[in-house]
Amino acid sequence: MSVLVYVEQAEGKFKKSVFEAVSYAKAIADQQSTHLTAISIGDVAESELKELGKYGASKVLNVNADQLKTFVNQAYASVIAAAAEKESADIIVLSNSFSGKGLAPRIAVKLKAGLADGAVELPSTDGKFSVKKTAFSGKAFAITELTSANKVIALNPNAFGVKENATDAAIEAFSADIKQSDLATVIKEIVRATDKVSLPDAELVVSAGRGLKGPENWGMIEELAGLLGAATACSKPVSDADWRPHSEHVGQTGIAISPNLYIAIGISGAIQHLAGVSSSKVIVVINKDPEAPFFKVADYGIVGDAFEVVPKLIEALKAHKG
Amino acid sequence: MKILVCISNVPDTTTKITFTNDNTEFNTAGVQYIVNPYDEIALSRAIELTEGGKGTVTAINVGEAANDPTIRKALAIGADDAVRVNAAPRDAYFVAKQIAEYAKDKDFDLILTGRESIDYNGNQVAAMVGEFLDIPSISIIKKLTLDGDTATIEREIEGGKEVLTVSGKFIASCAEGVAEPKIPTMRGIMSARTKPLTVVDAVATEEVAKVTRYETPAPRGTVKLIPADQTESLISLLHSEAKVI
Repeated sequence: MSVLVYVEQAEGKFKKSVFEAVSYAKAIADQQSTHLTAISIGDVAESELKELGKYGASKVLNVNADQLKTFVNQAYASVIAAAAEKESADIIVLSNSFSGKGLAPRIAVKLKAGLADGAVELPSTDGKFSVKKTAFSGKAFAITELTSANKVIALNPNAFGVKENATDAAIEAFSADIKQSDLATVIKEIVRATDKVSLPDAELVVSAGRGLKGPENWGMIEELAGLLGAATACSKPVSDADWRPHSEHVGQTGIAISPNLYIAIGISGAIQHLAGVSSSKVIVVINKDPEAPFFKVADYGIVGDAFEVVPKLIEALKAHKG
Repeated sequence: MKILVCISNVPDTTTKITFTNDNTEFNTAGVQYIVNPYDEIALSRAIELTEGGKGTVTAINVGEAANDPTIRKALAIGADDAVRVNAAPRDAYFVAKQIAEYAKDKDFDLILTGRESIDYNGNQVAAMVGEFLDIPSISIIKKLTLDGDTATIEREIEGGKEVLTVSGKFIASCAEGVAEPKIPTMRGIMSARTKPLTVVDAVATEEVAKVTRYETPAPRGTVKLIPADQTESLISLLHSEAKVI
């Protein structure tokens, strides 16, 4: 037995969430007294693959085939399942990213494995293999016992943190048979907004709601987010009104996030919104209504008009950064 | 064109979540159940794609008879017929297996689900059904258009989007943007009562996961209020006390 972690790359680079998944998988490997192998698919330089050793991967399987240059769910799942078999890995770890969410269930079926997605802690070690995962959009956690021999875990961003664990990673080329039917989806175009921080794995998020009165007033939100290096988000009424794209909507029917800092501006804090953001480590609320329910879950609050407070906050932040 | 839409029966979004029996069971007392909001988006797109006699939409749910009002809601929104696999849904693997077993010989051209259910927040069913049926699965899509046998799909990725095409049968999980959820009309509600709702037996499936206990998040402390004209204090607290900037 061993642990296998899938390391997702974007344009040849690994993101922090990948190092987090490797750190988490290494901790599980230590728990199980076994070693950790990583599998990377796509065109990644050896120096970048070696980086995985810093976080505890002692071996890296490198899959670099022309058909796998872009993400194809079925084919990637086949390759990862084949790697799990080759490595006799019975625990497979992935990031609970957009791609991970599509991959993990397919791998689970291939390996007849139970899947805990949205994991937030290391598995318990009390004889049963149980994983704490988010449920009810952050209103609760479900302790899920994986009863199958093989197990798949998809780790939530920002749940475990990056932990260095210096190991020398041996890089090994790996290839698996790809069926033609596994390549039925064809990627035509990838559009990345390179200047923006991705919301699901952002450590800092600045979010705004109807209190902003209209899309034309988002400049100061973007400026504040830019200064902090934060992602921008919004409440449901804002995306429903097309002031902001649906991809920025956080809450129970949007994206559930757990950044280190969530700044909510002009959002009252309906139960559905709180459900998606309440696992943020620190919450700051700026709202002119002192009775806004959001203040009940906030760590820091300012009662005041966003149009007066946010520009002052921007100035204070500029002064702080010197 | 025949479309199958998987719908989940979930607590209303305003539900206060509590547990009973020493935190081992979800407390259903007084809880209103609804069609999972993302599944409504999937259902709405399926109805749009088949409008004007271009096909049929079947809604499928894995659950016990208590789910029938939710299934009737899907029929009222516009599904042509519905199927309930008669079993308490155990985990996503079980649910996906039941859906795949039902769908495998029914010749559906397209299967749609919501991007996740708002109860267990699983994103598992769509891709698992895809794997059980050995057809492509595309998760968390934002747009879906069809041109003959080829679908063009926009999918969200970290920090951007991906446009892809797929030909032949596939399953996709829908996020906001795919369609505006439809509201049932009075005519829809009336006709839903007489539309076919078939109940089928579940197939045996191995157990791979089970929820043994629930926890609720620890209550947060009280808010520290900062006067509106002292924003520099907030920055200082976030830096030195909370250590997040």
